[in-house]
Amino acid sequence: MNGTWLMMNLRAVRGRAYPRLIGLTREPSWMFFEIALPLLTVSAYAYIYKFMAAKPEFVGYVILGGAMTAFWLNVLWAMASQLYWEKETGNLSLFLVAPISRMSILAGMALGGMVGTTIRAISTVFIGVFAFSVVFSLTDPVALVIVFFVTLVALYGMGMMFASLYLLFGREAYHLSNLLTEPVYLASGFYFPVRYLGFWTAAGASIIPITLGLDALRQIFFPSGAQDAFLPIWTEIFVLAILSVAFLILSKFSLDFMERLGRTTGRLTLRWQ
Amino acid sequence: MKNDLATFKNAAWLGWQMEANWADPFLFATYSIVKPITGTLILVFMFLIVTGGETDKPFFSYMFVGNALYMYVADVMFGVTWVIHDDREHYMTLKNVYIAPINFYAYILGRAAIKIAITSIGVLVTLAFGVLVLNVDIAVGTIDWPLLISSLLLGLACICIIGLALGGITFLTAKHSMGINEGVAGIFYVLSGVIFPISILPTWAQSVSKVLPVTYWMEGVRRGLMPDAISQLNSDAGFDVTALGGFSNAFLMLLLVLSAVLFLVLSLYIFRYADVLARRKGKIDWTTTY
Repeated sequence: MNGTWLMMNLRAVRGRAYPRLIGLTREPSWMFFEIALPLLTVSAYAYIYKFMAAKPEFVGYVILGGAMTAFWLNVLWAMASQLYWEKETGNLSLFLVAPISRMSILAGMALGGMVGTTIRAISTVFIGVFAFSVVFSLTDPVALVIVFFVTLVALYGMGMMFASLYLLFGREAYHLSNLLTEPVYLASGFYFPVRYLGFWTAAGASIIPITLGLDALRQIFFPSGAQDAFLPIWTEIFVLAILSVAFLILSKFSLDFMERLGRTTGRLTLRWQ
Repeated sequence: MKNDLATFKNAAWLGWQMEANWADPFLFATYSIVKPITGTLILVFMFLIVTGGETDKPFFSYMFVGNALYMYVADVMFGVTWVIHDDREHYMTLKNVYIAPINFYAYILGRAAIKIAITSIGVLVTLAFGVLVLNVDIAVGTIDWPLLISSLLLGLACICIIGLALGGITFLTAKHSMGINEGVAGIFYVLSGVIFPISILPTWAQSVSKVLPVTYWMEGVRRGLMPDAISQLNSDAGFDVTALGGFSNAFLMLLLVLSAVLFLVLSLYIFRYADVLARRKGKIDWTTTY
């Protein structure tokens, strides 16, 4: 590794993050849809909680969960599936012949995706809070920053690993991403506290970083959140930190392996499968 | 007519291949069942957490059946629009379909028919799961078959018709078609009494609900499928909780027919207008790599 190699890869990170960031201003209408669409589901679930006369915090849980769906969808459709789209449009082979690490490309996608998605998620929370008059009370700002950071690193690390697994997919990529939507919303407790799924199910679902991240955020924003929590906040932060490191390492190995396999089987340039 | 039927049949076969041949039959069947059931289980858990497990309450059946039926709205409406998007943007075959000596509506309906068939399996599996595992209040002996079948068919036709209008919009705006589609489906989810009665909505939203055909479709199918649960839901609440309790079955069907006709006229107009505009602007073979 030398300075030139490092600079080249940093440029690759910037270059791949750039379209995601500039895309925010090029299609402002997408921003509208990406904020408004989760709000529709959030509204439906908030009304159902209201109809059942649930604790007011549950509406807040739904708003937080709805905001976090933006990250999960971004990981599925703009990280995991991305290399499949690139293959379909013919860009993948250009990425592969470039003298850079594939990890730089994925890191750029992740960084660009994180920024845009964070803006969308925060907007969803603000509008949701305004529409349903939910009171969020921030109890520990330091924990909030740490939880948010480790959750995103672990989540996008998982996305990078998925991207490598999706590398060889054809139409399966679309169907797999579709399949990983509702089951993950269920297992990770996007719309209800995950502890109610039972300890072992919640523990199993914790492999998806958003499960613990969301659980911790609910404890940070709602004083009574601890009653519905799966694990204490700092335990969740610790597990998320481990997941962050593990997913980043695994994604590197997985990417190398799948690329080798793709080259051997000649599937890296196949289109319209 | 014979030519249209052949187009319909071949389009349905093509749709089936595109939907199903990416995986072996077992994997495809698993995929088709897991997704709807887990989607429904989200609501089931929300209900269980709040009520502590009273699945014999009529509201549980109301919510469960509504969510199962909504699969048609989400999958079929989206599926009709996706035909145009996918054929043009992804497979780049829309222009070939256009210049072929076939009826384009028959082609779209054929592709939609297979969506309806696949979604119907998901709906049936979900309902069976609800009845067998979660005590959803559907008894074969009490089903009002004429009401169920007529409202189901009318509603499905209505959804396909709305999908056609959205497909027309897709001709003109590839980058926004998914957002518009999901937005329309989302509006139906919130405002059509899918998982909660519309009486909980603000008054202005209830007025909008009563214009949407999906509201009457949901009510009609529910009344057909579980007439006792719906009347018990209103009597338990002590007021007209569905906000449609004053409508007789015949009036409900009349409203559904009227809204279906209204949307048919509107959708055909939108589709034809978009079609002419797309031809004029050269958008039939447009690719945006989106």
